[in-house]
Amino acid sequence: MDLAQSVLNGDRLALARLLSRVENATPEGLAALDALFPHTGKAHLLGVTGAPGTGKSSLVNQLALHYRKQDKKVAIVAVDPSSPFTGGAVLGDRVRMRDLAGDTGVFIRSMASRGSLGGLAQATAGVVQVFDAAGFDIIIIETVGAGQSEVDIARLAHTTLVVEAPGLGDDIQAIKAGILEIADILVINKADNPGVDSTERALKTMLELAHPVKRVFQHHGQAFEVPAHDLEQENGDPLWIPLIRRTVAIQANGLPELLEAIAAHVIYLRESGDWARREEARLEAEFDLLLRERLVEYFRQQVSDEIVANFFTETLARRIAPREAVEQLLQRMKA
Amino acid sequence: MTERKIRVLVAKPGLDGHDRGAKVVARALRDAGMEVIYTGLRQTPEMIAEAALQEDVDAVGLSILSGAHMALVPRVVELLRANGQNNVKIFVGGIIPDEDVPRLKEIGVMEVYGPGSSTEKVITDIRTAIPTAG
Repeated sequence: MDLAQSVLNGDRLALARLLSRVENATPEGLAALDALFPHTGKAHLLGVTGAPGTGKSSLVNQLALHYRKQDKKVAIVAVDPSSPFTGGAVLGDRVRMRDLAGDTGVFIRSMASRGSLGGLAQATAGVVQVFDAAGFDIIIIETVGAGQSEVDIARLAHTTLVVEAPGLGDDIQAIKAGILEIADILVINKADNPGVDSTERALKTMLELAHPVKRVFQHHGQAFEVPAHDLEQENGDPLWIPLIRRTVAIQANGLPELLEAIAAHVIYLRESGDWARREEARLEAEFDLLLRERLVEYFRQQVSDEIVANFFTETLARRIAPREAVEQLLQRMKA
Repeated sequence: MTERKIRVLVAKPGLDGHDRGAKVVARALRDAGMEVIYTGLRQTPEMIAEAALQEDVDAVGLSILSGAHMALVPRVVELLRANGQNNVKIFVGGIIPDEDVPRLKEIGVMEVYGPGSSTEKVITDIRTAIPTAG
C-alpha cells in the first residue's frame, strides 16, 4: 500500500514518514501530496505567531488540551529557526507540550525553517495539507518567534493569533506596520505580569486607528454614531474587528474566553464568505507559484543553456536590452 | 538530490534533573548541521517513543544520570521497535558503569558515551550510521 493510502487509513507511522518526504520534497512525497489533495480543505488552520518568549508554545499546549476536551483531533506544526551558518537547528517547542503526551488524538511535528524568512518553512503548507487529509480537525501552526514582518502565516491560516506579552514595547511599536496587522485575535499572554493594562491600551489604540470602532457622521447638524459591528465592507459583508484576549497560559487562565473568540472568528469566516475567499486566494497563489516554476523549467528544457548564455553576453555588452533578450528567447521556444 | 537533514531526538528519561549534558550534545549536533528535537526533562519511555514516531527521527539520544538506565533504555528500545521504527539508531550518554555497556549494545544501542566523551565522536558516529543521500 502506498503512503498516501496508509495515511488516509490512519497509520501514524506512515503519516510521520510522509511528513518527512514532503518536508524534503522527494518525488514520492510530492506525488502523495497530489493524491491527498482531494481529501484536503476540511480542517481549521489556526496560526499562532508572536515574538520569542511571549509564550506561544505554552499557549498552543493549552489550546490543544481544550480542543481535545471537545473531542477534536489536533495536529500541531511547530516551526523553529535553522542556523544560517550550519543549517542545523534545535527544535524545542515540545518541551512546553508535555501535557499532550500519550494522547493519540494529538500529533506534534517540529519543523526547522530551513532558510525561509517568513516565519514558516517552505514545506509547512504541504505538511499542513497532509494533516488536513489525515483527518485532523484543527491544525495549529506555531511560527518561528517572529519580529515584525514574518507574516506568511496570515496567508496559510484561517485564523491568526498574534501573541503579545506585557513589557515588550510602547504604543509606537503598536502602530508600526507588520505583524499586528495580520491578527484576527490579539492574545496578551503572561497577563499576570505588570504592565498588562498599558499593553492592552496600546493594542486597543492601534486597533481603533486601523479599524474604526465607531464612525461619527453629521446629518442635519446632528452627530450620529455607528458602532463598528454595523459597519460593512464595500461588498456588503460585515467587517471583522480583531478581538483582544488576556491569558496566562501556564495557569490555563483565559482559555475559555480565547476559545470563544476563535469560535466567533470561524462563524464570521463562514457567514461572511471570507473562508471561501481565503481558500481561493491561497490556492491561486500556490497555482501561480507552481506555474512559474514549471514554466521556467520547461523553458530551460526547450532552449539550450548555450543560447541563453549567448543572449546574456549580448546583454552584458549592452547590445541588447534584457527585456528584448527575453522576448527573442521566447520566440525561439515557439519556433 | 541535496543531502537530507539528519533528525535526532535528544531526551532525558527518568527522574534526574541534570540536563546540561543533553543540552551540550543538542547544541553540538545543531552545529554539525543536524535538526535536533529537544524534549526536556523527566520523559517516560512512552513519551520518548511517541515523540520519536511523530518526528520521524533517524536517531534517539538518551541522557541518563540516575542509574536507572538498565530499566529505561530497554523499554525505549522495545517501544520504538513495537512502533515499527526498526532503523532508528539509539545512543546513550551519562553515568553508565562499564559492565552495563555490552548489555546495552546487545539490545541494539549504537554507542554509549560516558563522562569526557567528545561531541566530535558522537557526531562522527551518527553520520557513519545514518545514510543521508536521497
